Amino acid sequence: MSKQIKSISSPKLSLNILTPEEVQQIHTATLDVIESVGIRFPSSKALDVLEAHGAAVDRDSMVARIPGTVIEDYLAKAPPTYDLSALDPALDLPLDGNHSYLGTDGCGVEILDVFSGARRRAIKQDISDVARVADWLDAIAFHWVPISAQDCPPESRSLHELQAIWRVSQKHLQTESIVTEHEMHAAVEMAALLAGGKEALRKRPILSIMQCTYSPLAHDGGSLEAGLVAAEAGLPVGYMTMASAGSNGPITLAGNLVVGNAEVISALALMQMHAPGCPVYYAAAQTMTDLRTGAYTGGGPEDYLFGAATNVLSDFYRVPLSMGAYATGAKEPDWQAGVDNALSAFMAVSTLSDMLLGAGLLHGSRILSYEQLLMDAEIWSLLENMFKGIVVNPETLALDTIRAVGPGGNFLSQKHTRQHMRERWLPTLIDRRPYNIWEEKRDGARQWAREKAQQILQEYHPAPLDSQLDEELTRIIGRIEA
Amino acid sequence: MTQDIFTQLTNSLVDGDPDAALELTQQALASGVEPMAIIRQGLMPGMDIVGQKFAEGEYFLPDLIIAADGMKKAMDLLEPELRARQQSIESAGIVVIGTVKGDIHEIGKSLVATMLSANGFTVYDLGVDVSKDRFIAKIKETGANILGMSALLTTTMTQQREVIKALDEAGLRKQVKVMVGGAPVTKSWAEEIGADDYAEDAMGAVHKAKKLVGKA
Repeated sequence: MSKQIKSISSPKLSLNILTPEEVQQIHTATLDVIESVGIRFPSSKALDVLEAHGAAVDRDSMVARIPGTVIEDYLAKAPPTYDLSALDPALDLPLDGNHSYLGTDGCGVEILDVFSGARRRAIKQDISDVARVADWLDAIAFHWVPISAQDCPPESRSLHELQAIWRVSQKHLQTESIVTEHEMHAAVEMAALLAGGKEALRKRPILSIMQCTYSPLAHDGGSLEAGLVAAEAGLPVGYMTMASAGSNGPITLAGNLVVGNAEVISALALMQMHAPGCPVYYAAAQTMTDLRTGAYTGGGPEDYLFGAATNVLSDFYRVPLSMGAYATGAKEPDWQAGVDNALSAFMAVSTLSDMLLGAGLLHGSRILSYEQLLMDAEIWSLLENMFKGIVVNPETLALDTIRAVGPGGNFLSQKHTRQHMRERWLPTLIDRRPYNIWEEKRDGARQWAREKAQQILQEYHPAPLDSQLDEELTRIIGRIEA
Repeated sequence: MTQDIFTQLTNSLVDGDPDAALELTQQALASGVEPMAIIRQGLMPGMDIVGQKFAEGEYFLPDLIIAADGMKKAMDLLEPELRARQQSIESAGIVVIGTVKGDIHEIGKSLVATMLSANGFTVYDLGVDVSKDRFIAKIKETGANILGMSALLTTTMTQQREVIKALDEAGLRKQVKVMVGGAPVTKSWAEEIGADDYAEDAMGAVHKAKKLVGKA
């Protein structure tokens, strides 16, 4: 824990995944869908706003057909860059198009207990515990609500989840679990309390809001109305498509992008109609359906491609992206988890997706594993190093040193080596020991990750939230429960 | 000729052509083939082949769903004919299914409903955001012996417990086997709320349903 977030910026590597012409084709197809097929907005408030701004609204089906030019005009009002603020300004995250940040995943239902190893239902205290470990990890730039506080009443659970994280961490918090208007009002009040008032919160949004769309081509009424409240308050709001190719999205990848894109940009345009200039972001976690079972896959080549392609779309709309990467479908922190999380994170970073979600959960975002969380942080560390690329200049070409060593010598004794050796990557979990040492101990990444997590949980106790503020938060939550 | 049309009916399901299944059923009826023969010698063999290919991993869900759609189109024509002859197909069980109150997520529940229908269950799909009263009323009305409840959110999952309580209070708990499903639903959750079983996917749900009604 260095109080310095490890982001990836100014990468030297890049990936060409969609040409500008292809992006234009996807955009044109998307506007066609929004204008001719329409999107379902099951909220009369949302429909009122859309109708007042030129959409053709069918109140029975709650489908709005929105002219493409209207979508484009309102998307253009969104700020292209802004900061995700943190309670500690040193941990602010500029969404300036030149950074990738990693966050935790959400919202799981179970947790693998780091001490007993048992799998059990997650409770509020688990959220604080996971947040402490995430706070300690420099790779984790911001929190998601990683698991559901199932010991709290459903009507106020989303607020307990915020409190659980704010109690132990000053990093930015993005929540995905507030899906009603009145909970959102309370969340804004809670955030304003910590930020020093509603105007201070607008200037320094310590909380951002993620809502899910309802693929294909629809939204959830509560999520829309909650989003409108957040947009009014100036909290960054994103809408996430999880269009799953083959079931609630077309089987072809381009078609799946079109369906998801239509959902996301229609919601972002709605936010701009309601609160012009409010910070919004694109969010996505498209995937493949396993058509042998109907299951969500949470990994595979299609996922990885979506991870890279979506940032090209969000760049086209000049809004930041929160991208579901990592989030393996594996049941354990195993080979599959490593493949999924390394490749999906690599692809999302290759186009410099602003926010990556997904560290720490297994089984398609259902089970939290501390081991996986630490392994995901190590993957991030690998990527951070890789994306620096290969620097070529007189110093790195090392001609003088090569001359000094000459044929058959070695570089271990060279000052040049000593000067630069700390630039090279070192693992904390990848095993590079001699075989015989491994043979004696038979341990490895999972065990080391578990021990590290145990150590953090036992030893790392960040300054707790001021007790008076905490009581105030409890009071606000209590009002929802009353 | 008759054998021919049976083969064609079978193939229409195996090849995923519901419109052909409908047309061939019309043709067969028009040429005087008995509806029960159309079902037993034309359609059922098709569904069996599709089911077999699915079990072997050759066919995928869309093959199954499209075949079920062809079967349904044909049955819509055949059922009035069967009734007119006072004949009926034995149902594997009567299922009431829906997504619980406060939850609009539909696709998984609908997939389960389709698969149950394709496997001979009579299914009453109440859709999404279904209140406990609607579940209870439909069970009473239909004499269902299976209730299926879906929930995608941890906050709505708790409704599954409420419905089971309501079944108890209405004195219906002994009449129906309760199955729960949805992404956050686990075996331990199903046990805790007193459900009879849970499944993670649609085919799993079919197997569990058959087991619950003693047909597997």
